[in-house]
Amino acid sequence: MPSLGADMEAGTLLEWRVQPGDTVHRGDIVAVVDTEKSTIEVEVFEDGVVEALLVEPGTEAPVGAPLARIAAVAPAAPAAAARPTRAVAAGRKRAARPRKAKAKPAARPGTAEPAPTVAPVAAHLRASPLARRRAAERGIDLAAVAGSGPGGAVVAADLDRATVVPAPAAPEAAVPGPPGRREDRQAAMRRAIGALMARSAREIPHYHLATTIDMATALAWLAETNEQRSVSERLLPGALLLKATALAAREVPALNGFWDGSYRPSPAVHLGVAVSLRGGGLIAPAIHDADRLTLDELMAALRDLVGRARAGRLRSSEMSDPTLTVTNLGDQGVDEVHGVIYPPQVALVGFGRVAERPWACGGMLGVRPTVRATLAADHRATDGMIGARLLNAIDRLLQHPEDL
Amino acid sequence: MTTTYREAVRAALRDALTRDDRVFLMGEDVGRYGGCFAVSLGLLEEFGPDRVRDAPLSESAFVGAGIGAALGGMRPIVEVMTVNFSLLALDQIVNNAATLLHMSGGQFNVPLVVRMTTGAGRQLAAQHSHSFEGWYAHVPGIRVVAPATLEDARGMLWTALCDPDPVLVFEHGSLYNIEGELADDAGAVDIDRAAVRRPGRDLTVVAYGGTLGKALAAADQLTADGIDAEVVDLRTLRPLDTATIVGSVTRTHRAVVVDEGWRTGSLAAEVSARITEEAFYDLDAPVGRVCSAEVPMPYARHLEEAALPQVADIVAAAKELGG
Repeated sequence: MPSLGADMEAGTLLEWRVQPGDTVHRGDIVAVVDTEKSTIEVEVFEDGVVEALLVEPGTEAPVGAPLARIAAVAPAAPAAAARPTRAVAAGRKRAARPRKAKAKPAARPGTAEPAPTVAPVAAHLRASPLARRRAAERGIDLAAVAGSGPGGAVVAADLDRATVVPAPAAPEAAVPGPPGRREDRQAAMRRAIGALMARSAREIPHYHLATTIDMATALAWLAETNEQRSVSERLLPGALLLKATALAAREVPALNGFWDGSYRPSPAVHLGVAVSLRGGGLIAPAIHDADRLTLDELMAALRDLVGRARAGRLRSSEMSDPTLTVTNLGDQGVDEVHGVIYPPQVALVGFGRVAERPWACGGMLGVRPTVRATLAADHRATDGMIGARLLNAIDRLLQHPEDL
Repeated sequence: MTTTYREAVRAALRDALTRDDRVFLMGEDVGRYGGCFAVSLGLLEEFGPDRVRDAPLSESAFVGAGIGAALGGMRPIVEVMTVNFSLLALDQIVNNAATLLHMSGGQFNVPLVVRMTTGAGRQLAAQHSHSFEGWYAHVPGIRVVAPATLEDARGMLWTALCDPDPVLVFEHGSLYNIEGELADDAGAVDIDRAAVRRPGRDLTVVAYGGTLGKALAAADQLTADGIDAEVVDLRTLRPLDTATIVGSVTRTHRAVVVDEGWRTGSLAAEVSARITEEAFYDLDAPVGRVCSAEVPMPYARHLEEAALPQVADIVAAAKELGG
């Protein structure tokens, strides 16, 4: 079960797209998984032949649990021998840990795990003193965390994969319903967003910068370009902002990557795009290699992504890959956004609406279209000087829209 | 300059004999034979038989004589051939040297330094190979140090001589031949603090004396597994520098203690207990220990190697903690 975001701890397998014996290639979609946020298509990272499907559709599985066994293709014989063995071993290890089985909110009917005999009295929970202390500090229920330490004990690193699980309302279990009922999904998404944002606010020392960008040149160029295009081919200002941000992120790698105890820059720019969902809630999937896409490609990718995000059909790599997130609330009429970083990323760029405002230029006061660009960044990874470089780069790039 | 541990100890002895007339070296074969491990080779010729004295084969007698000389205002350095033999002088060390300051109501310090070889690895079998420094570290009234580096071999002796109370110096027999660079102006070093010999983030390996090199080698191997181990050299076994040990574990959250002594009632047990007492809420795994097999040290090489803590054992113990 892949981790499809820092806030995910388990997912429900909805369907298999492959059968035992099928040959799969890296990037193929092999399964569809339901998380608290969305329905996600799971891609495979190995080439090989599906040997066995280990999880039935309808079953909830914790992040990290093996879903299927894939044998490597023939030439890589030693790897083929090793990989399945490891998968089996991991499966056995988990099965030997019935303790983590419950403490999950209300079991959904028909999703029963291959019921291990659960001792009536809860066994002493194996967790390191450090993990216990940190769990208490963060309000994490240790019983819900899969342990990876000696003897399956929960260690501190396991907590980073877990999130706050509020105690479930007790009678909930009695209410039957198919997985993904609307209210469930809503509540679960709210909880997941809440937990992740709370973690971000608790752990990440944010700093915020803002700058006002003159959009006159960019919009004039856009109007000229769009004049020769059909309605469906037209570019939106948002695409310019995304492209400029992607290129700026490449220029300032210190803000494009991940924090996991120390900073790890990402060689690629996968721009997370915050998409608000119609029923409420928020999701921020990635446009891969956004810095390398042309404006047309970027526009197409954006349309496709927003469409699939709202239809609940995202791919696993889109959920786990973003290296820097952009949130644009201009459509909602706000002037500026003071964002909350999406862990483990280290920065978030916000745009307000592009609006005509009084603007001093060349000693004269005029009226120009401007946009407020903001940056929320992780002070553990960078200081304001680096953050300023990113905003300045975005500004500079937007003054030459023809190069975007 | 390039030098060996043996030469560094000899330089320390020569320095002490030169600097202070009250200093003299006494022990079995230290004079004419040049020392059982050739540490004092040439010193008899250089300083004469009053300052470099061969002692009769009676540890109790010559350690006792050393205590008497110290009480009389001298600064004796007594060499005991191995820690196994020092058991014959245990009464002198524990009942006299360690107690006199307290039993005299603070009237008599015993400024005695006892050097002895400890440890195995040279096929000298069970009566010459044990590591009893942990026993001595149990006893209040004495200070116990274990130089593991050239700097400490060169520098601990003078500081020990300056201490007004008894200091036992444990030189691991496998170290005499190690060679390395030592600053020309190397001199006295403190004998209070443990030292971080290799900084790391994921795991603390605590070692001392003969196991320090193994701990460092293990730390190098662990990098291949993505484990960044910190290595702490205890240096002083009594009083233990708990602050440095606990400080390290507080950063790394995991610890493996390496000790060539037997596990039961060992110095490793004491270090482990202190970590648990003072860094409990920072521990992310149980404290691991790598000690010698609980058998009298075998003679046969392969059995001796199997009985001793080895690099692979340290690596395995570290991995078990999930560093």
